[in-house]
Amino acid sequence: MADRHPLFMPLVLFGGVLFGFGLAYSHMARPEVVLDFLQFDDFGLAFVMLGAAVVAGLATVVAPRLFDEAPITGDRYERRLKPFDRNVLVGGTIFGVGWGLSGVCPGAGYASLGIGNLPILWALAGMFVGAYLQGYWRSRSPKK
Amino acid sequence: MIDPVLFQVAADPFPNGIARYAIGGLIVGLGCAVFYIGTAIPAGASTFLESTLSYVSEQSRFRQYISSRDWRLVFTLGIVLGAAGYALVFQQGTWTTDVHPWRLALGGLLVGIGTRVGKGCTSGHGICGVGSRSGTSIVAVLTFLVVAIVTAQIVAALGVTP
Repeated sequence: MADRHPLFMPLVLFGGVLFGFGLAYSHMARPEVVLDFLQFDDFGLAFVMLGAAVVAGLATVVAPRLFDEAPITGDRYERRLKPFDRNVLVGGTIFGVGWGLSGVCPGAGYASLGIGNLPILWALAGMFVGAYLQGYWRSRSPKK
Repeated sequence: MIDPVLFQVAADPFPNGIARYAIGGLIVGLGCAVFYIGTAIPAGASTFLESTLSYVSEQSRFRQYISSRDWRLVFTLGIVLGAAGYALVFQQGTWTTDVHPWRLALGGLLVGIGTRVGKGCTSGHGICGVGSRSGTSIVAVLTFLVVAIVTAQIVAALGVTP
């Protein structure tokens, strides 16, 4: 990646900082808040996902009108849609059980570490083990 | 007999208001937006798990992420730093959870498997995917949201707290 734009990494870092700050600000980085939402004790969390999706969605509309190609990578703004198959349902169900049990999802988990939540390392360790297990299985399955 | 808690919930669905959630969500979306406008790459948080494993594992499944693993590491570092910035400015100190370690570890394990099998998590599917009106992502979000609600309700009904 020697020919990457010099601002690529700074932009990635800046995007991540905003992302993490927002997750912490919304308190979504706290598993208790996520569990309160899933147990219908506090519906506020819906505004995090809704607000974020609206802003991110606006970017997909605005970006192609601002530039012909992305200024940092030179890539075109294409809709790279993930194909729908049974895995989306199977994986979504497994993810849902894990999310409902722990109140932790990947992005919020990283952010939780940032707000000083050391016990979240249990969840992050679990995520790496889980991702490794599925990689191990799928590296051996005939169909990738 | 009707559970009095139901009335309380119906009376106050937003005990902490909505400003904190809405503002936080807009900032999260802004993070995705500047990243996407600059790079045309939709940001997702869970691919980091597989891409980082490619540093230490030779499994063929992880090799496909070698070209993106360095920036995914930087993006995740940014998430941690951004949250730390919030903790320093607004939280005045560290915060820690009371959720049992076994719930965190087992939940994390299932999240790690599920997000990778299901091609995305709450950010990849829930924010960028839904934002770009991807049918696959909308189905994915509905699936894990409903399953998570049922799971959390069952766990709470079994008396597991926190």
